[in-house]
Amino acid sequence: MTLSAALKSGDVTLLPGKRDEDWKWTDLRGLLRVLPGAAPARDLTGLTAGPFDALAEQCHILAPGQDSLTLEVPAGGKLSLALRILSSDGGAHRAQVTIHVGAGAKLRLLESYEGDASPYVTHTALTLILEAGAAVERIVLAEDGAEGVNVSQAQVTLAPGADYGQTVVTHGARRQRIETEVTHPGAGARLRLDGLYLLADKRHADLTTLVRHQGLDGTTDQLTKGVVRHQSRGIFQGRIVVEEGADRTEARMAHNGLILSDRAEIDAKPELLIFADDVQCAHGNTIGALDEEALFYMRQRGLPEADARALLIEAFVGTVADRIGFDAAREMVRAWAADRLRT
Amino acid sequence: MLHIENLRAEVDGKEILKGLSLVVPAGEVHAIMGPNGAGKSTLSYVLTGRAGYEVTGGTASLDGEDLLALDPNERAAKGVFLSFQYPLEIPGVPALTFIRTAMNAQRRARGEAEITAPAFLKLAREQAAALKIDFEMLKRALNVGFSGGEKKRMEIFQMALLAPRFLILDETDSGLDIDALKIVSDGVNAMRGPDRGMLVITHYQRLLDYIKPDKVHVLAGGRIVATGGPDLALELERDGYDKYARAA
Repeated sequence: MTLSAALKSGDVTLLPGKRDEDWKWTDLRGLLRVLPGAAPARDLTGLTAGPFDALAEQCHILAPGQDSLTLEVPAGGKLSLALRILSSDGGAHRAQVTIHVGAGAKLRLLESYEGDASPYVTHTALTLILEAGAAVERIVLAEDGAEGVNVSQAQVTLAPGADYGQTVVTHGARRQRIETEVTHPGAGARLRLDGLYLLADKRHADLTTLVRHQGLDGTTDQLTKGVVRHQSRGIFQGRIVVEEGADRTEARMAHNGLILSDRAEIDAKPELLIFADDVQCAHGNTIGALDEEALFYMRQRGLPEADARALLIEAFVGTVADRIGFDAAREMVRAWAADRLRT
Repeated sequence: MLHIENLRAEVDGKEILKGLSLVVPAGEVHAIMGPNGAGKSTLSYVLTGRAGYEVTGGTASLDGEDLLALDPNERAAKGVFLSFQYPLEIPGVPALTFIRTAMNAQRRARGEAEITAPAFLKLAREQAAALKIDFEMLKRALNVGFSGGEKKRMEIFQMALLAPRFLILDETDSGLDIDALKIVSDGVNAMRGPDRGMLVITHYQRLLDYIKPDKVHVLAGGRIVATGGPDLALELERDGYDKYARAA
């Protein structure tokens, strides 16, 4: 049951839905009674710059009519790449991206999902292969439209000594799921897997991750935070599997959610499945409201209520931005978040 | 300066302040002592406008201005400062950022110009040195992971920077060892002045050896039941609150 297969065949019964355990909170089957036809090929003349264009050396666009991209960063090479996935015109769009990062190569992947106000349905499949000692930092900024349905599924494979850092930042869509699956060989490879969802109105965002530790000496460090307002709904599903023999794995997973209104919702399922003996694994999950006592304290010092709230929320989400290694992207994410929280 | 008349307040429908009257003129330091549960902390929260503390009668004004009609931040801008018994932790917000944000919010509310970053830093360095606060600590999130004594010192530091007109110290001595108590008291005493009033709320007389009050009031059963000079504190230390608790 995948969105990709359903879009390809036009068969709605292939959509994942409530009955699929991993999709129970992001029910596409119940949402989409009919699937839209393929979106018309998009004319890209006059297209305005994407959010990351100024930070990248190369820019690639995937839009209706432009469905796939295969790229290789040669061993020892270095690349800063902006990847834009555009959705529009109420149509369906399937995009496929494969990037091969050679041994010791460095890649900055700055990925943006940009949707218009129409009820489009987009699926993106991304395959990222890191050879030994390769380093990738992937920043995903998802700016879907309020009526859009967007599913992004990334398969990341790490080789020994690889270093992979990821930060997904989203304000949701009508239904949106950003999924990352990482095959982790251990062997000194390092993984950082972060996320930030800031949702308002009736938006929905689902950050789902799966990490498989398959060998000795791997580390995973995961931090996801979210703020939901109005009638929005945030979902975090994080699963770390430490397979038999993957001893000396160090894995940490944290999810912290902030609910700012009675009708907003967060569903979280953090899971550690450990089949090895000698591991250090921990997960923490908190969901709550703003600390009213802290708010009173701040107001007693002179901060108007709205300012006190904004300061607390910005500080709460700031720790995710702090972990981004690329300075310019970190500042951009911070500004984006501040902007989202004020509107 | 501070005029409280026949103040009544309840928490969760239970009346805690039952007609409290008190006047603190400018330039004076008044101590409020009383047994546990007398309403000492309630008084400090009612004066600063904490939610859940409902005023059911009476008045409280600062220089003739009705405090009870104002939001907590408006009261702060008018110069009311409460040093909390248990200061809150503000995760992710560096102490200096927090205090400068608060200071500028107060200034804006009063129609004054904001303080510049260099001017603020200079002021902060001077006060940190006076209170023996490591400047590096001020770059950390406010009160997060601070010891009880450090939190109290941060309260006095904020007070010194914000320079309020009326100070309420709620059990400022709790959690302080003698050295810290001395530093904190020196900080408070440095703020005494002809235009400033202070209300020092304490359970024990010890603090009043360091911050000498002009007057001492006994709060019991939600009312001021006795008022006297500094000697009253010594008497309470010797004889306890029994007599007053019964009178209430």
